[in-house]
Amino acid sequence: MATSLPTSSSLDPGNPPQPRSFRSAWLYGPALLWLLAAGLPFAFVVLSSFKSVKEYIADLWAMPASLQLSNYLEAVEGGIGRFFINSLIVTVSSVVLTLVLASLASFPLAKMKFRLNRPLFLLFIAGAMIPVHVTLIPIYTLTNRLGIYDTLLALIGPYIAFHLPLAVLIITEFMSHLPAELEEAARIDGAGPFEVFRRIILPLSTPALSTVAIYTFIYAWNEFVFALVLLSSRSNMTLPLGLMQFSGEYSVNVPGIMAAVTLASLPIILFYLVMQERVVAGMVAGAVKG
Amino acid sequence: MARSDIQPRTLDTYAKPEPATLRGSSGFQFPQWLVAMLFIAPALLLYAIYVIYPIFQSILYSLRDWSGIGAGTYIGLDNYKEALSDGIFWRAVRNNIVLVIASIAIQLPIALMLALLLSAKFPGWRIFRAVFFLPLLLSTVAVGLVWINIYDPVFGLLNGILGAVGLENLQQSWLGNESTALPAIIAVVCWQYIPFYMILFIAGLTTIPLELYEAARIDGASGWRSFWDITLPLLRGIIRTGAILSLIGSLKFFDLVWVMTGGGPNRSTELMATYMYEEAFASFRMGYGSAVATLLFIFAFVIAGSTLIIDQRRSNR
Repeated sequence: MATSLPTSSSLDPGNPPQPRSFRSAWLYGPALLWLLAAGLPFAFVVLSSFKSVKEYIADLWAMPASLQLSNYLEAVEGGIGRFFINSLIVTVSSVVLTLVLASLASFPLAKMKFRLNRPLFLLFIAGAMIPVHVTLIPIYTLTNRLGIYDTLLALIGPYIAFHLPLAVLIITEFMSHLPAELEEAARIDGAGPFEVFRRIILPLSTPALSTVAIYTFIYAWNEFVFALVLLSSRSNMTLPLGLMQFSGEYSVNVPGIMAAVTLASLPIILFYLVMQERVVAGMVAGAVKG
Repeated sequence: MARSDIQPRTLDTYAKPEPATLRGSSGFQFPQWLVAMLFIAPALLLYAIYVIYPIFQSILYSLRDWSGIGAGTYIGLDNYKEALSDGIFWRAVRNNIVLVIASIAIQLPIALMLALLLSAKFPGWRIFRAVFFLPLLLSTVAVGLVWINIYDPVFGLLNGILGAVGLENLQQSWLGNESTALPAIIAVVCWQYIPFYMILFIAGLTTIPLELYEAARIDGASGWRSFWDITLPLLRGIIRTGAILSLIGSLKFFDLVWVMTGGGPNRSTELMATYMYEEAFASFRMGYGSAVATLLFIFAFVIAGSTLIIDQRRSNR
């Protein structure tokens, strides 16, 4: 599967327009239809988030009477800030540690010849096939036994472990295509393997590392199942779990839920708008994982 | 571009011949395998703890009648017998299969169409692509909460739209009816994941040399002809990749169902993963839940294994 992945250069914004045997005018119809299908829920969320419950119930189509921020204030008072910080801590630690562990492991897999090389590589990438739910019960009991149940630390281990397959695959592929001359030159100068890794290979691998970082960031930010199983107290919840909590508490206050959804999704959407091409490439690379 | 330098390659070419040892800066020589293992050890340790060990642990748990507290009692294969003779389990399996087939049959054609549209690069295509892509970025919890309210029978957007265009007779409680709940969830799955296959196909489309289309046009082939004779055959590999990803991905489905219906009404949206979760973490039947989890693993293993074998056969040909 991995071998049939396209290179992302095709997603470059700089590509010249490609004439195909369709005419532009014909394209707008279906494109607009999907624009509506994809975009309407977002409009619904944002507009609803500014309405009062009364307004929301009274008329679906009415614009909010005024841009009232009370729903947002309520979400903030409900502790969405705490969820946000928790998500940030878990996500950033997972991304950093995934990059460290995966790049360390990828270096020998890409650059050294030893007997276990191929079996270990396959062992790592096979993990991409495993549904996380298979491991939920053992990880739950393990987390309890380690005494880290209901702490943010409980999430970081599984988040890293389940991103290693893709990370190792991407980084190993990338490193194995780096020219061997560079490291040989360094080795002749007396650099040990760790120095070769840190000074030569790692800096050259930044494109692969950034792909892995983006992909891991988005998935860790949105992850739900492990959080559901491994956290229980409100002060430790990450955003997806916190949203569930809100929806239980707010029940009929749909505008309140929509405000919370908007706040929780905003960082990722802004992140995407700022670095569109890289995010798109990162998600395509994530194809192996599905 | 992040991945522009990575060339597709086969798995057997990843290790290049290297000198048998690496020289440490002290001049002392470690055997190469030891150096390699030191680099790999931290990742391997974490991977073993959180991925490999739990699989075996799940199998062990599945042989017990166990509530999660104490050790439980060994009951052999009874949990499996119960699961395999349980109508709810098979209903969950059936729903998983429906989800796979619907995912492939709906998502891939629409995604391909959108990819073709966008790759024509009509004016403003970039704005379109940005919006098309957005659903993929949201957490499934957020997506679920939004769509619950879109599907709401009284205040929901969908019934509102149906009412506005005069289709009142189609209005219903989308997630409340057994017959519409699963299709309603599948629609949301498509809404969220079509952009993923779309960008996969966009990437695939740009690998097709434009000269082929030029030549076809000179030969007088219509747009449809060149689609059937050039685009589709040359995209076959990437379409297959998409189908495999969809297949594997659908076994991992949980969040959306859990948020939107919890498997109901009357188990009509139950999936293997939601069933396993309920048994283990709501009914505290951890042994039985582990048996369901192990069966889920076996399904995943068989699917992954057979796609691998088919892949091998193709490349050997």
